[in-house]
This record gives sequence, structure tokens and C-alpha cells, in this order.
Amino acid sequence: MNAPSVEGRGFDRKRLAGFVRKEWLQVVRDPSSIIVAVILPLFLLFLFGFGVSLDAKHLPMAVVIETSAPEAHDFLASLRATPYLVPQVVENRIAAASLLRDGKVKGIALLGDDFGAKMNGAGAAPIQVLVNGTDANTARLMQGYVQGAWALWLVHREHVNPGSQISPVVAQFRVWFNETIDSHKSIVPGLIAVIMTLIGALLTALVIAREWERGTMEALLTTPLTKSELIIGKLVPYFVLGMGGMSVSVVVALTIFQIGYRGSFIVLFISASFFMLTVLGFGLMVSTLTRNQFTASIVAITGTMMPAILLSGFIFDIRSMPLVIQVLTAIVPARYFVEILKTLFLAGNIWSVIGPNMAALAAMATLFLTITFRATRRRLA
Amino acid sequence: MPAGLRFTSITRSFKTEARSVAALAGVSGEIAPGKITGLVGPDGAGKTTLIRVLAGLLDADAGRVQSTGELAHPRMAYMPQKFGLYEDLTVQENMTLYADLHGLDPALRAQRFSELNRFTSLGPFANWLAGNLSGGMKQKLGLACTLIVAPDILLLDEPSVGVDPVSRRELWSMVRALQGSGIAVLWSTAYLDEADGCDHVILLYDGRVIDEGLPSVISGHVARRTWRVVLPTDQRAGRKRDLQRAAATLPNVVDAQIKGRNLRIVTDRDDVPPDVTRASMPGLRALKPEPTPPQFEDAYLAAMRKQDLINESQINRRPGIYSQDPGAITQAVHLALDLGDKPQDDGLSSRAARHTNQTLATPVIETKDLSRRFGNFTAVDRFSFAVSRGEIFGLLGPNGAGKSTTFKMLCGLVVPSSGEALVAGFDLATARADARSRIGYMAQKFAYIGHLTLAQNMEFAGGVYGLARAALTHRIAEVAAEFDLEAYLHQNCGELPLGIKQRMALACAVLHKPAILFLDEPTSGVDPVTRREFWARLNAMADDGTTILVTSHFLDEAEYCDRMAIIYHGRQIAAGSPDEIKSAHADGDNPTLEQAFIRLIDDHDRTNGVRSAA
Repeated sequence: MNAPSVEGRGFDRKRLAGFVRKEWLQVVRDPSSIIVAVILPLFLLFLFGFGVSLDAKHLPMAVVIETSAPEAHDFLASLRATPYLVPQVVENRIAAASLLRDGKVKGIALLGDDFGAKMNGAGAAPIQVLVNGTDANTARLMQGYVQGAWALWLVHREHVNPGSQISPVVAQFRVWFNETIDSHKSIVPGLIAVIMTLIGALLTALVIAREWERGTMEALLTTPLTKSELIIGKLVPYFVLGMGGMSVSVVVALTIFQIGYRGSFIVLFISASFFMLTVLGFGLMVSTLTRNQFTASIVAITGTMMPAILLSGFIFDIRSMPLVIQVLTAIVPARYFVEILKTLFLAGNIWSVIGPNMAALAAMATLFLTITFRATRRRLA
Repeated sequence: MPAGLRFTSITRSFKTEARSVAALAGVSGEIAPGKITGLVGPDGAGKTTLIRVLAGLLDADAGRVQSTGELAHPRMAYMPQKFGLYEDLTVQENMTLYADLHGLDPALRAQRFSELNRFTSLGPFANWLAGNLSGGMKQKLGLACTLIVAPDILLLDEPSVGVDPVSRRELWSMVRALQGSGIAVLWSTAYLDEADGCDHVILLYDGRVIDEGLPSVISGHVARRTWRVVLPTDQRAGRKRDLQRAAATLPNVVDAQIKGRNLRIVTDRDDVPPDVTRASMPGLRALKPEPTPPQFEDAYLAAMRKQDLINESQINRRPGIYSQDPGAITQAVHLALDLGDKPQDDGLSSRAARHTNQTLATPVIETKDLSRRFGNFTAVDRFSFAVSRGEIFGLLGPNGAGKSTTFKMLCGLVVPSSGEALVAGFDLATARADARSRIGYMAQKFAYIGHLTLAQNMEFAGGVYGLARAALTHRIAEVAAEFDLEAYLHQNCGELPLGIKQRMALACAVLHKPAILFLDEPTSGVDPVTRREFWARLNAMADDGTTILVTSHFLDEAEYCDRMAIIYHGRQIAAGSPDEIKSAHADGDNPTLEQAFIRLIDDHDRTNGVRSAA
């Protein structure tokens, strides 16, 4: 009952090539997409890579020594030896408490007048540690550092003066994969995943909406270009760009951040491709559904950036989240890629981890692209 | 193999938030091979919807589209209003893209491209970015891209909107040249001279076909109702636009238009001449109407008026400004502009005299050697002119001649590279804000926010000009009444017809009662009936002392200007009253401004080499 559609049949390689060429020319002419693909990830990587650290160093703390026991000064020396703490001896508890209140120190170590007696006898812990809990993470770190210093000191004493008193039970810690527990080593790979989620979605979020807004879609629809050619033609150039940005980020991680790499680069390339298709697919889907560049970019940014930072396990461990939120993280593509990257960088080709994550990415890419395909109309309304 | 298209009882409606609007209510017709079929009608008549349905871009709710030739599936080509060009691609790259998409055999390409380049004269610009081309050249490139693979049926949606007269003429002859190959062309347009040149015309109104046939047959409907009076050259009889307005308000007159030295008048009954004896102007009473052959425009206007009368009771009625007492409009405008020296009914001849006196007074707008360069490109080159109070001054020229840049300099939006501009006595270089508060500016694209209602848009515009809340509310009510916008105040702007948006844009521009109005292409893309109403408003405002600077592509509108300047490549190539320009640059019994304009541009090109794109 209506005029026949002009849509071509099947899939024409030359048509696709022509469309990809046009899309690529637009990329080259408009430097903004190159800036988004390469410069922006570098900028974010430097900003967060250097800025975000989960380690605390040089934490100021007050030490109150109320005892005349020689061990007390010995222990103080041990505290001074760690790079994590900057102990400062104050005269009394009141002065220490006021420093803590003013935020000038993060914690207080109190060596009471019974320090010497308790040291050599049995009974309660000979030192008391007060930490400022307003910053829970730093407080916990400080607690750990002081305990570590204490344990080390006991071991040291045991060596110097063997059999002098109770032999402390010393746990031997070995950290695998990130031997120095440098949080950079787990943050930077995760960061790459987070940044590329944003970049990938942003790259394609505008491209279909732009055709609608500029009125070129109306002209395209009257050519034999098929839906699949349109979608693939939109994916190919931005896939190349996105993978370019990804490579630059990996190189920076390896050289400037000096993060070691233990996996295979082929596995990295394959999993990164799946990931890139997922995020580009998300962008295309948003662009197709909104048909409006402004809305599309807002949705792409908020729909990727926040979940990628908070729900990907990049900083906050997913297993410690409430169950409902844990389930929700299943739809955050960055989650799978964060896991893959951390594994590849720090541990190696561990297929039991990489395999399921890669499969999840493949499934999500399929989902987003299917929705995009379904939502693409060869009609104006 | 020739193929045409027949469409039968096409209906299509669109749902808006509140209701369903029928864009097409049972439209039937035919596009015949080897002919140009014109699709004419006011904004919102359903022209674009019909073309999109025919192009297969929209599904009709009901109705049939079928091929009339031997081909079951004729090859269809469609050029949308926005051409479908990629502005960041070059001319050649655009053509290559469409050749790829249409699967044009690479072996045939070189020949086809050179054919099309010969056709469009775009060969020398192959490596230019499409975005840097002038409007007319973009249009030609858009046409070339649609014609990459020769179609059987060509659908063109308002191809000549925003295109200057020279380019418009070229575009028309390009499409005419296709006729030999038997292509069926559908050409939708707001230009009635174009419609008159078509082989067949379909008149669309409110989603229905109200008339169709040969343009001459349609014109024949008003055959015995068209008259002309030769306008006196003597200024004492009154200005032409005053005479026109006086004629248009005569009781038995449907339409009155200035055509060169003549005034064309359409009356409401056969063989009854306009009753000039009842005219308010003595100058008009002295003139003698004589019968003249009908033109398409006359018939179109008469048909639209008839439909408007039928629709009078509906909300979307067009306010019949011609049926109103001109004094009432003047009063309303006067009230709105609050100019103080309210003229008593002083008679039009004394108004003309007042006008003459003002011409001698200090100019309200004056430029001296105004220039603006962008890098190596000189957009405006030493342009000097002066406009007096109450004058309508036209700025004419092809796309890219420097009109908009001049405008922006006068509004203080662009800083001149050299030269000076005085607006309302303020030097724009030093007192931009003072000058701006005296100016009302109506931008080319009728700036409005689609998601806001008309009233909210007006509040926004008034707020920008610093009107206080209470005063603004009062002023909006006033202006809305004056511009017949009350019925639309609470509708979202995006959904309103173009003509209403245009009226709103003008209303916004006068909210702060400016002494000077700058109108940049105010009538582009607007249908003839709405354009006439618009000019009637402008005339009334000018009579009350508002100084108006206007650019236009419609040269028939330029007849309403008191004086004008034609600029080309940033330079003034002619200036004076319409009559002066016509007598200096066009020949013939009754020369038109269009003839003069085209002659001027051609002469300039011949002495200065090829027409450049910028």
C-alpha cells in the first residue's frame, strides 16, 4: 500500500566501504573525536593515576611516653623507621588529644607508665593506640601500620636479646601478584577500563544522533544502505579509534606508571576488542534511541562514568557490597574488563578468571548491538 | 523508460502530546513523467509529509502509492529540505559517498561526475568543503548527489528556500533540463512564480487538495477579477506602499500587490473593478483600474482567502489583517511602541510629507566604510549607508554577500575590522550596550526554545532585554493581542507552524519597544499569505516611526522598501529606491527588481571573473 522501500538487500561490501570511508573522513576532519579517543584518556589516566592512591604515607601521629623504660625509646625509633608514619613526641595526653582534635595528627600512640612492667610480664597490651575515625580508610591503615611496627619491633627484640621473654607469635605475610602492595598496580589497570568505558560510549553516542540532527539521515534512508551496513559502518572507524586510545593507555601504564605485565598481549587484544564492542554498542544504542546529541552525550556520560567508578570493583570490592548492588553490577561492562585487566597485568593468563568475563562482555556487546539494530528504523516516524 | 507516480486517498496523522493532528486527510494526485509537478500551499499544509510518504520515509495511515509506468519499482530520488550533505566532506567526497551508496559502477563514475559537474558548474570547487559553499551551491550539490544515479522520479522538498534569485533561476533551469529524459519531478515551493512555471500544480491546504491543474487553468479562475493601476511617479500622490495598503483595505479587494510600477489588485467578484472611489487616500482615488490578465499568484491568494474564510471559526484561523481597519493596527502598534508623538488621523499625504522631512533629518543608522575581515576573507568591504527614522531599508544580495555580517556588526554582535557604525546616535565601538537597548533583532532562524510555550519564550526574550517582571507580563499581553498570538500563548513553540513562529519572533523583538528593528531574512520559507501579513505589520510600524533594516531573498518584497542597497562579495554594487535601481539596471516596459538584480550580479561577474563561492 505504500511506496516500496529503497533499502538494498543483504550486505554490500562496496556500500559499506563507502560509508566507512565517509565516517572516517568525518573523524579526520573533526579533531574532536581524535581528542576524545586519545588525548582525553591520557589526561584522565595521568590525573587519576597520579592522583588516586589507596596507600597512605607519612601519616602524622603523636606519641606520648609516660614511662622511663628504655624499651619505650627503642620502640619509638622503630616507629620512626617506617615510611608510613611520622611520629612526634608530645608531653602529655592532653596535648596529644588536642592535636588529634585539630586534625594535626591522625592518631596517638600511648606508652603508659606501666609499659616496662607489662613488657616483661604478662597482661594487657602495653601500648594504647587512638586513631581518628572520621576517615575510616586512613584510620584502618594507621591501625595496621602501628600493629605492623609493633610486631616487627618485637621480632627485632627477640633477635637482639633472644629468650629474654615470651616469644611472640609472628605471622609471616606473603602478598601474591602485587608483592609490594602498591595500590597503583591494581588501580592503573582498573583505571584503563573505567576511562575506556567513558571514551567508547562517548565516541559513538553522538554519531547517529548527529545524522538525525543535521538532516543527513533523511537522505541516507533514501539510499539502498541497509541497517546492518549503517551500524557496522558506524562501528568500524570508532573501533579503530577506541583501540588506538586503549593502546596508548596500556603503553603509558607500562612505561610511565611502570606497572608490570604478566599476561599475553594477544589475550589483551581479544578481550579489549570485546570490551570496545560493548561500550561502542552502548553508545550507538543511546544515540539511536535518543536521536539527540545533547541527550545522548549526557546519558552516555552518566550511564558509564559513575557506574564504572563505583560499581566495577575498580576501587570498591564488589563482594563487600550488599547483594542487591552486587546483582546490579552485572550490567556494568567495566566490571568484567576491570577484572580481566587486573588479572592480565598482575597475575597472567588465568583463564578461569578471564574466560567468564570475556563471555560476559561478548553477551553484553550482542545485547547492545541487537537493541540498536531493532531500534534503527528506515522510516522517519 | 518513463515512469510516474499515482497516489490515492493518502491519510497520515501525527500524535502530539494533547491530540492527533491530521497532516494529510485523503490526498490524491499524480506525478507525470517528463513534467514538473508543483506542490504549493501554506506552511503546515502537509507538503513535506506528502513528499516523505511518496519517498517511502513515512508510512501512510491509509491510501495507495503506485507506479503509473511500466516499471513496478521506479527509481526514486529525494532531496530533503536540509539537502542531506555532509558539510565536513568536500564536494567530491559527498558525490563519491552517494555514488558508493547507490552502487554506481566505478567504470561509469568519471563520466557521470563530469556530466554532473557540467550541470552544476561545481567542477572548480571539487575540493571545497560543502560547508563552505554558499546556500545556492549547496543546493546544487544536494541536487547532484540525488541525481548520481539517474532517477525515474525526483522529489524535491522546497529546494529554493533560502536561495538567492540567481541561484534559484539556475536550479530551476537545471531541473528543467532533466525533462528531456522523461523524469517525473515533484517540486514543492513557496515561490508562486516557480509554481507558475510548473507543468501541473497541486494546491494543498490543511492536508487536502483544494485545486490542481495547469497553472494557467488555475489562474483562469480569477480571470475577470484581476486589475492593475499604474502608480504615479509623482511622490506627492503618496508612497507606493501606502497606496498598496489603501488599496488592499478596499471592501471588495482580495489582494493588492506592488509589481514594479503597477499595483495588481484582485477583487472578489468577476468584472467588478476595485472601488477606488471609496479609498481613504486621495492619491488612490485619482487612479484608474484597468483589467489585466491573471497570474498564478492572484489565483493562489484568492484560493487561500476563500479557504481561510471557510476556516474562520477554527482556532488556527489566519488573522485577516487586510480586513481590519488600518487605523486600528496603527493605533495598536503605536500603543505597543509607545512613541509619544501619537499621530492624529493626519491623512496619508501629510504622513508622506512628514516622511520627506524625516529623510532630511539626522540618520538613525549610519555606517562609514564599515569593513569586516575574517582572516584573508573580506566579508564586508567599506560599506557606507544611512537610514532615516521611519524608513524601511532593504539589504539585498546573494547568499554569502555579507548581509548577515553587516547586520551583526550593527547589532554589536561582531566587531568591525575598520570603519564606524552609528546606531541611534551611539557609536557601536564605544557604547554597544546603549545602542543595543534601542534595537530589536529578529534572527534568521527565528530564535525560539521549542520546549517552552510561546508565552515562556516571550518572557525569556523580555527578560534578556531587562524588562521587569510586572512590566513584562503586561507587555506580553499587549504584544500578544497586537500580533494575534493569544490563541497560541500556551502551546509549545516547537509544534507551531512556521508562520506563527515568525510572528512570535517579531513580537519578541519589539517587546522592549525598540526604535530600530533589524530583521534578517524574516520571510525565508514562509508562505505568501503569511508574508503579506508580515509586511503589512512592518509597514504600520514604519509609519509610526520605527526604523526598519531588513534583508530578504524575495525581490517582490523589496518593493516595499523605501530604499535599498544591493551588496555582493561584501561590496555595495547598487543603492537607491526600488524605482531608481530598476530604471538604472533593467529595461522593458515594466521592469522588475529581480531583472535588475540578476543583471547587476551578471555584470559584476563578467567584469570580475567567475562567481566565487564564498
